[in-house]
Amino acid sequence: MSAAAHVAHGSHDSHGHHDAHGHHEESFISKYIFSQDHKMIGKQFLLTAVFMGIVAMLLSILFRIQLAWPGESSDFLSFFLGETWAPGGILKEDMYLGLVTIHGTIMVFFLLTGGLSGTFSNLLIPLQIGARDMASGFLNMLSYWFFFISSIIMLVSMFVESGPAMAGWTIYPPLSVLPQAVSGSGLGMTLWLVSMTLFVVSSLMGSLNYIVTVLNLRTKGMSMTRMPLTIWAFFVTAILGVLSFPVLFSAVLLLMMDRLMGTSFYLSDIIVGGEMLANHGGSPILYQHLFWFLGHPEVYIVLLPALGLSSEIISTNSRKPIFGYRAMIGSILAIGFLSFIVWGHHMFVTGMNPFLGSVFVFTTLLIAIPSAVKVFNYLTTLWKGSIVLTPGMMFAVGLVSTFITGGVTGIILADSALDINVHDTYFVVAHFHIVMGMSAVFGMFAGVYHWFPKMYGRMMNLRLGYAHFWITIVGAYGVFFPMHFVGLAGAPRRYYDYSVYGEFDSPTGDMMLDLNVIITIFAIIAAIGQGLFLFNFFYSIFRGPKAVQNPWKGNSLEWTTPVEHVHGNWPGELPTVHRWPYDYSKPGASEDYIPQTVPLAEGEEEH
Amino acid sequence: MGKLIAIIVIVLGVVALAQLVRVYELSSKLRNKGENEVDSKDNRLNGRLMLGFMAFFYIGFIYLMLNYGWTGRGVAATVHGRELDWLLDINFVIITIVFFLTNTLLFVFTYKYTRKPGVPAFYYPHNNKLEMLWTVVPASVLAVIIILGLKTWNNVTDKANSEAKVIELFSKQFDWTARYSGEDNKLGHFDYKLTTANNELALLTSNTIDSAIFEMEDGLSGIKALEAKLNDKKIMLVPEDREKMVVDLDRKERLIRLLYQMKARHNKSVDAAAWDDIIQKDTLYLCENQEYELNFRAKDVIHSAHFPHFRVQMNTVPGMTTRFKFTPDITTEKMRELKQNDKFNYVLLCNKICGGAHYKMKMIVVVLPKNEYNAWMNSKMATSTFKHKYFPVAAPVAAPVTPVTDSTAVPAV
Repeated sequence: MSAAAHVAHGSHDSHGHHDAHGHHEESFISKYIFSQDHKMIGKQFLLTAVFMGIVAMLLSILFRIQLAWPGESSDFLSFFLGETWAPGGILKEDMYLGLVTIHGTIMVFFLLTGGLSGTFSNLLIPLQIGARDMASGFLNMLSYWFFFISSIIMLVSMFVESGPAMAGWTIYPPLSVLPQAVSGSGLGMTLWLVSMTLFVVSSLMGSLNYIVTVLNLRTKGMSMTRMPLTIWAFFVTAILGVLSFPVLFSAVLLLMMDRLMGTSFYLSDIIVGGEMLANHGGSPILYQHLFWFLGHPEVYIVLLPALGLSSEIISTNSRKPIFGYRAMIGSILAIGFLSFIVWGHHMFVTGMNPFLGSVFVFTTLLIAIPSAVKVFNYLTTLWKGSIVLTPGMMFAVGLVSTFITGGVTGIILADSALDINVHDTYFVVAHFHIVMGMSAVFGMFAGVYHWFPKMYGRMMNLRLGYAHFWITIVGAYGVFFPMHFVGLAGAPRRYYDYSVYGEFDSPTGDMMLDLNVIITIFAIIAAIGQGLFLFNFFYSIFRGPKAVQNPWKGNSLEWTTPVEHVHGNWPGELPTVHRWPYDYSKPGASEDYIPQTVPLAEGEEEH
Repeated sequence: MGKLIAIIVIVLGVVALAQLVRVYELSSKLRNKGENEVDSKDNRLNGRLMLGFMAFFYIGFIYLMLNYGWTGRGVAATVHGRELDWLLDINFVIITIVFFLTNTLLFVFTYKYTRKPGVPAFYYPHNNKLEMLWTVVPASVLAVIIILGLKTWNNVTDKANSEAKVIELFSKQFDWTARYSGEDNKLGHFDYKLTTANNELALLTSNTIDSAIFEMEDGLSGIKALEAKLNDKKIMLVPEDREKMVVDLDRKERLIRLLYQMKARHNKSVDAAAWDDIIQKDTLYLCENQEYELNFRAKDVIHSAHFPHFRVQMNTVPGMTTRFKFTPDITTEKMRELKQNDKFNYVLLCNKICGGAHYKMKMIVVVLPKNEYNAWMNSKMATSTFKHKYFPVAAPVAAPVTPVTDSTAVPAV
């Protein structure tokens, strides 16, 4: 079988001039730090994102404690926040908003964008299309380092005296412009803006690289319609990023000018802190249009890679071709296109013209069609499969469940009339945490479990993986499912304390507090469960059992590379592709998988 | 000490976990099994757990739905609110069906088709008819959802009837102020530059322009006072303070020019609309079965007017006016009976993050029967219009349109 076509020719890492391409000896710095190798950069993205994810998760536990037991002193809070932000162990109102804001920002941008797309696009694009590396290794390295600096600045912003940004992760002006309105809109917000600007730079360099690589560096025989769905997802994600992140940058730039140079893009007729501002003629709504022009594609920048990864994993572990390959590509493209014309559904109650609202209702609900196609295709792929429940596979199945559960509530929110009453309530929080947060995180876990052998040449522990999955799915659903009901009862999001309900409707207030306690307990369980993953991850990097070349018996090209990483990925010639990557359990074949490098047998039809 | 113990426990936990993993790995080596091969025991167990999880998930959903599904909302207290609730119910039925159907297929398939030795997977790459089916069916269901939704949306966002009473809700960190449009059902004009201590809503009349100009020029931190301070050689100023004052002065000089322009262009006939307005804090009183058009304003940052029981929500945006119309038709009294809670009140909440005390920004709303409302309104109109408040001693006989020529004649608060 040509899957084993590579020749082991003494490629030991420790010796110089070790591979077939005459690369020079690598120092520690060029190999592990300023590496230009896509596999190493992918791992750097992953580790940074995992660290950021832990921070953001910890922040959420801090404010969940306040929400479940408002006004009660907590050692946990005083340990992490000290006397400044949690005097006597009781969280300060301002810091509550700061925690919420930074939690959202880190999760959306640093974990789910940088971590998911950054890690797996880098790792898998060259490996799955048969390229030696990214089109520009140097740009790729810069992309990581901008991401790194951006992460550091975001972390630093939490330690400034006036506190981190506190205007919510969407940083709507005027709140984000006026330090008189909330203390976090001082230095904290400036650092937030600087950090996000660097993040945009990183994202653009990465995305351009991914697009060029996918278009130009596919190996012989790898036509666009023979690419794994992962690559299609990364490709469309990168295009979305290139088109939408610059718009975020423009929004951020105008915001900075309003803050620092006295312009009035977003400000008009404001009196704050007893001070009458002279700004006139700007519109805060303009910011929202610009922000959500990124913000909505961003949802799919987060989701598509997760869907791509799960397509690959579900197909491999069902031992069946992904059902409706072309329909899946069509759905990815349709979702990508539609994601640009739906941003207004975040703004139904901003005072935007109701007719414009109607248009956005229409376009938004259209997205449900390609999404439904994807779900049914997943289900049909599972049907009559021969399913191997690896931890990766279980997370992929979990993703399909969260994608459904979170997706259907999107239908309520996309309907402008219904949005009136659930807008900015916990119903929204539940919706996007399930459809975007849980789905993307599950996709990421699935990807890590599935491609860990490719990243580190070792296997992760199976039992810990199972335990991690079950704790995570029960914990995460336990957190976000009850939130729907808190939201339906009318609870606004970003409230520091729901006991204010006692003043006009105490039964409802009691119900919210009850559910908040349940939610927080599940959140703590889920957070502790992630410890299993972290342990498994780091333990397996160093002491996990050695992986074989193709542990899951997959078809795509990355499983034809040697276990030990070599610069250039394939020691000999680049592989040639003869078929699509989903020939699993093809009738007439001797095994239940046929790698892409195997030529079509005589009389065999391509799918 | 407690912290130290916690850290020790965590460290020991990690070490114990590492040892367990080690033992597990060694034992699976002894049993001659690759520890990472998923055997049929693992498969069966996890497949069953998938079913178990599905049961847990569904029971949780049904329990929450029965217990909390409608808590806190109750029946909508407005006409359009019940229309929205009807629409929500229909949508909920649809999405609940989809939710159960697809999740069940997912977990059952995962359970049912776990690998069985000797049973190969069924090679089934595509089927155009099926794919067409699940494109067309969702599309047609969505068409229904869109049509119903937009019909309701158009009704809700349509212009208010001409008989609708106009009320303004003014939002600032962290409270609400209502302004009833008075006898003429016309809200007085406003301009934020007219904000002074006795004109918090910045209503536009000849008098308020004069007093705003007076305050800007001669007030405690007015232009004259600032200039005097800056020019006084005897006062030592910290450079930062001086710079701040220069910036402040510059801003006030720009504003005063605009105020003078406003004064020059001012048409006195609009004053009347403002004088009969009634400014109301703490509680918003509404009349049963009366249509209202609410106009929203914000002083500092974006807020959002959220009346959960009326199914009303609209952002309030600095620099622009937003609107929402509705007809409350269940009085507070009746709602208390319906909810069997004699302390219940309607409420107006802020639902857009607006600063530290965001969660406290609210206003109690009371819907009165027509006769009670009229009695309340009449007493307000007789004693508490903007004119009454602005001239606290006794309203001048010559009343609203008389211009006050000398700005110093404007009484202080």
